[in-house]
Amino acid sequence: MTKSPEQLEQELKRRSKAAKLEIWGRVVSFSALILIVAVVVAIIGFVASKGLATFTTNHVNLWDFLSGKNWNPSLTDAHGKPEVGALSMIVGSFLITVLSAIVATPFAIGTAVFMNEISPNRGAKILQPVTELLVGIPSVVYGFIGLSVVVPFTRSVFGGSGFGILSGTCVLFVMILPTVTSMSADALRAVPRYYREASLALGATQWQTIYKVVLRAATPGLMTAVVFGMARAFGEALAVQMVIGNAALMPQSLVDPAATLTSVLTTGIGNTVMGSLQNNALWSLALVLLLMSLVFNLIIRLIGRKGRLQ
Amino acid sequence: MFMSSDIATPGTTPERHIVQPGDAQHPIVLSTEDLHVFYGDKEALSEGDLKFARNQITALIGASGSGKSTFLRSLNRMNDRIATVKGRIMYRGVDINQPDIDVYEMRRRIGMVFQRPNPFAKSIYDNIAFALRLRGITAKNKLDEIVETSLRQAALWDQVKDELDKSALALSGGQAQRLCIARAIAVKPDVLLLDEPASALDPVSTSQLEDTLLKLKQHYTIIIVTHNMQQAARISEYTAFFNQGRVLEYDTTSQIFTNPQVQVTSDYVSGNFG
Ligand SMILES: Nc1ncnc2c1ncn2[C@@H]1O[C@H](COP(=O)(O)OP(=O)(O)OP(=O)(O)O)[C@@H](O)[C@H]1O
Ligand SMILES: [Mg+2]
Repeated sequence: MTKSPEQLEQELKRRSKAAKLEIWGRVVSFSALILIVAVVVAIIGFVASKGLATFTTNHVNLWDFLSGKNWNPSLTDAHGKPEVGALSMIVGSFLITVLSAIVATPFAIGTAVFMNEISPNRGAKILQPVTELLVGIPSVVYGFIGLSVVVPFTRSVFGGSGFGILSGTCVLFVMILPTVTSMSADALRAVPRYYREASLALGATQWQTIYKVVLRAATPGLMTAVVFGMARAFGEALAVQMVIGNAALMPQSLVDPAATLTSVLTTGIGNTVMGSLQNNALWSLALVLLLMSLVFNLIIRLIGRKGRLQ
Repeated sequence: MFMSSDIATPGTTPERHIVQPGDAQHPIVLSTEDLHVFYGDKEALSEGDLKFARNQITALIGASGSGKSTFLRSLNRMNDRIATVKGRIMYRGVDINQPDIDVYEMRRRIGMVFQRPNPFAKSIYDNIAFALRLRGITAKNKLDEIVETSLRQAALWDQVKDELDKSALALSGGQAQRLCIARAIAVKPDVLLLDEPASALDPVSTSQLEDTLLKLKQHYTIIIVTHNMQQAARISEYTAFFNQGRVLEYDTTSQIFTNPQVQVTSDYVSGNFG
């Protein structure tokens, strides 16, 4: 009952059900991929075309846009040029991003060390679910708490309105803390157990092991966590807008009302007419935001690659 | 010549056979008394009382899961956070299994090398200097000197002396394992524990490692877990046979391999086990 070569060939060549299914699966996943790429490209293209219109259609000088301190797109200055200087918002955005990251990093790494190295049991039982829960809270809730707790507090301590960079930093600090913490914890978890054992077996104390071996080995991951937190802080709109005061002025102190790229966008975009200079100027801000988040992504990738090469 | 404690009914082989090692030149450095190790409720080691003689190599053999690593890791309390270790571990007259023992000081005296070569992602030099710097030795010439002698003792110096700044991760498996030995002996321990140090190595690296251990014997008391019975036969003076969390036989290596007293040992060393 052996099969003839012809029979065998036919059997092997026939498109089996499994083979058809595989082709179908490839088609589906490939089209999903195409769709996502198309959406991303469309968004970038759209924001870019709108954002660049300020400079092409409305003939605003790019340097004036990046270095000008006055933001008032519906007015023109003494020379008849529109006031679209975005510097104060760019500074505002960077300031609260960097400040909140500086404050959040030690807390995040400390918490991650505690829940991963010092008390893994309690860490897994309490801190892990708590951080995950905090990550999921919508930003409007953070903004609302900031508005009703942080702003009055800053007001009573530092005077003024209470709105400003300081309040924004506080709110963002709380917002990015869980993200940075859980990513830091992941980075620590990824440090192989045998590094710790090697260190302990050499007579290093637990603290020396954490400090000299674990944190050292986890540095790329920890940096990624911080940059990720910064990316989140930089792009956060709603919560910041609620507490920063939304005055597009160069911040003179941490407790004066200020503005960020996002807060100006969210407050302004509904009040302008499509195609007008005011509208285009806002799109330019959006373009800056988009480029910055691409930069953050790039940094994260670079760190990741360096970490892998090590 | 040896005191032995056989538990046997006449006419059958004993169930256990344990001798006392050591003599005037090789006094007992480390011993366990009434040692029990639990992982949670599970007792992984129930009868593991052994004595180790100075400047000798003792091999621990036995099937997978018989408790060799559990025993070894208890000796310098690497199991503290994972397991419950009950009983006494006597090191030169001091019970080091007490809560108020400074385990970090103790581990400087009882060093350990693991199955998998585990150098840090640092340079060769910094790997060895790591434990020294922790102890406040920072003078360059002092560090240089210890790094060199440690690498020489571990038979690695000639291969790496020109590239001490190179990452230790670029070493071959055998070199990395000898680096780990150099790192462990840099702090001049008294006892060296090795858990299957050659299992990831090729035959050439393995035999180099064995030569290294035979040389190190002059300075250290060595306890080595191995699955390789020829290796145990080649390098060790004493051999302990572990089975299901118990030491069933402990004797000179030649006795264990040529004239085992316990049936299970005999089956194991002749390959009729299981
Ligand atoms: N971390 C742990 N948690 C729970 N049980 C463990 C742990 N480590 C070992 N055991 C158990 O303890 C027993 C002894 O394991 P051990 O690792 O000491 O054996 P071994 O003789 O070293 O084996 P191998 O030759 O495979 O290394 C096994 O039953 C094992 O399942
Ligand atoms: Mg083992």
